[in-house]
Amino acid sequence: MTLKRLHAFALSFLFLLQISTAHAELSIQITQGIDNPIPIAIVPFSWEGSGVLSEDVAEIVSSDLQQVGEFRALSPSNMLAMPREEREVYYRDWSVLAQDYLLVGKVQRSPGSQLISVQYEFFDINREIKLAGEVLTGTEAQLRDIGHEISNVVFELVTGNRGAFTTQILYVVSDYVSPELSYFRLEKADYDGRRAQVLLESREPIMSPSWSPNGLDIAYVSFETDLPRIYTQNIATGQRRQITNYPNINSSPVWSPDGTKLAMVLSKDGSPDIYVHDLLSNQLTRITDHPAIDTEPAWSRDGRSIVFMSDRTGQPQIYQMEIGASSYEVERLTYDCFQCAKGQFLPDGINLVHVRRETRQSPQYQISIMNTETLRVISLTSTSLDESPSVAPNGSMIMYGTKYNGRGVLDAVSIDGRVKFRLPSSQGDVREPAWSPFLN
Amino acid sequence: MRGNSQWLKFAIAGLVLVSLAACKSSEDAEAQTDEMGSEMGSAGTSTSAAQASGAGTSGRLTQEQIQAENALRQTVFYFDFDVAEFKPEDRETLTFHARDLASNPSKRLRLEGHADERGTREYNLALGERRANSILNYLIVNGASRSQIEVVSYGEERPAMTGQSQSVYNRNRRVEVVAR
Repeated sequence: MTLKRLHAFALSFLFLLQISTAHAELSIQITQGIDNPIPIAIVPFSWEGSGVLSEDVAEIVSSDLQQVGEFRALSPSNMLAMPREEREVYYRDWSVLAQDYLLVGKVQRSPGSQLISVQYEFFDINREIKLAGEVLTGTEAQLRDIGHEISNVVFELVTGNRGAFTTQILYVVSDYVSPELSYFRLEKADYDGRRAQVLLESREPIMSPSWSPNGLDIAYVSFETDLPRIYTQNIATGQRRQITNYPNINSSPVWSPDGTKLAMVLSKDGSPDIYVHDLLSNQLTRITDHPAIDTEPAWSRDGRSIVFMSDRTGQPQIYQMEIGASSYEVERLTYDCFQCAKGQFLPDGINLVHVRRETRQSPQYQISIMNTETLRVISLTSTSLDESPSVAPNGSMIMYGTKYNGRGVLDAVSIDGRVKFRLPSSQGDVREPAWSPFLN
Repeated sequence: MRGNSQWLKFAIAGLVLVSLAACKSSEDAEAQTDEMGSEMGSAGTSTSAAQASGAGTSGRLTQEQIQAENALRQTVFYFDFDVAEFKPEDRETLTFHARDLASNPSKRLRLEGHADERGTREYNLALGERRANSILNYLIVNGASRSQIEVVSYGEERPAMTGQSQSVYNRNRRVEVVAR
């Protein structure tokens, strides 16, 4: 099986454990939908080959659109017809069922090869026109990818926003056995938790996974030397490189938008401060210089300034400063919370996602968004131990770690708080999600 | 050595005290052991100081030696929520740790800082370090040498217990003293 081979491949670079650990299986659960979802009919694609396909492409599209979008898919049992292509489509069959959109398709084996070709066509029922159609070809193992690509097209045509269905996530899994023994894994999976692969296994903690902007490398903190140090790893080859070996805390690696630098937190000079490490020249530049705790850096989109958390006024608040500016030219962004942390801007550069604790008395931590122009704050979650928000590259959803029924789970929420899904793990606690950039 | 002659004076004084008030001092020792019982870590630096001083006496230890021995057995220090300074009630115990390091220059310790799971992970990593540093600074001010002590923080990554109750959180906000 492909997964076993990948597993062994990853292990050959890593620590051998006495007990072989399977990867965590994340299963997606929709926890909240919106009141008036867009009705879409996705007709099961026809399969004109022998044998059974390993993936149901129409089902993948249907799941994608219902999990993250504002869609509801018509149940096939309610369909009046099962067209496979345009000439079989009668718009009345669908307007009578109050459907706004229709997706049909045919799956065939490419003649003379092992490749599968998927033809899809997408229609606007109200305007009675075809909006899109093409043939996508790939191996059977790529059927999931083809399904997600179709979802991207549909999503963008309907919402005007680029789809993120072909993106991936990194996350950390921990299996707690006793105070002296835990197993930690850094894993990568599709955004919906499917096709998980183990990238790193260890008996020491792993923290802060971060994607490079081209999606080829990752950075993270590993305690494998018993001390927190920053590493980068190439996803395809598994090749690792230790980036830091400074005394004390080495943490929070975050790739710059141009992929040449890592922002990080080092406490080698007396207290945690933000630094930038140039990956090409290995030069280290100090950004903040304050005896308080400065941590949790995030880059602005243009790579010219850094958002970070500091408790220099007594409690964590979020600040921003330009790289190259004097360490005194720091702009404070948050005021009304008891603690605000882990701030980063949405792609619009105006809305700030963060973890918010409103009062001293109530230690509840929730993912919130503050509009830095209007200063209006909305809380996105109903859980109270939220952490580690990560924004999808199209800015439409935020994934974060939280606790549910005592277990660490990943939750995702749309930026208006209306749509939610959850990725609990079959085994262990999941945390610290990192949503990939667009990968294709 | 200066250290030895001081302990010798203690031992002699202790002998006198012990012979004058034998029953009382053994009662006190039992009471102290009970109090410290719940705080004791497993490994614990041990009785080298007490042994160095106890030799030559009738084998019974002075009150101060017993205190020192018990203090050195406490290797976990707990912290209040949102706080990075050690508790005032631990000051005396930490003083014994400092003196023990001062009189044993080859002794090495590691301070491992931790936080409970609430709040963000990177902040908790920094908070764990701050807690360990608060103990580090006290030890140095009271006689330990900087080169004797290593500091590392695990933030919330290595909890002593899992769960979301106050008692679990209380046990996780800690600094552990580990002999090296």
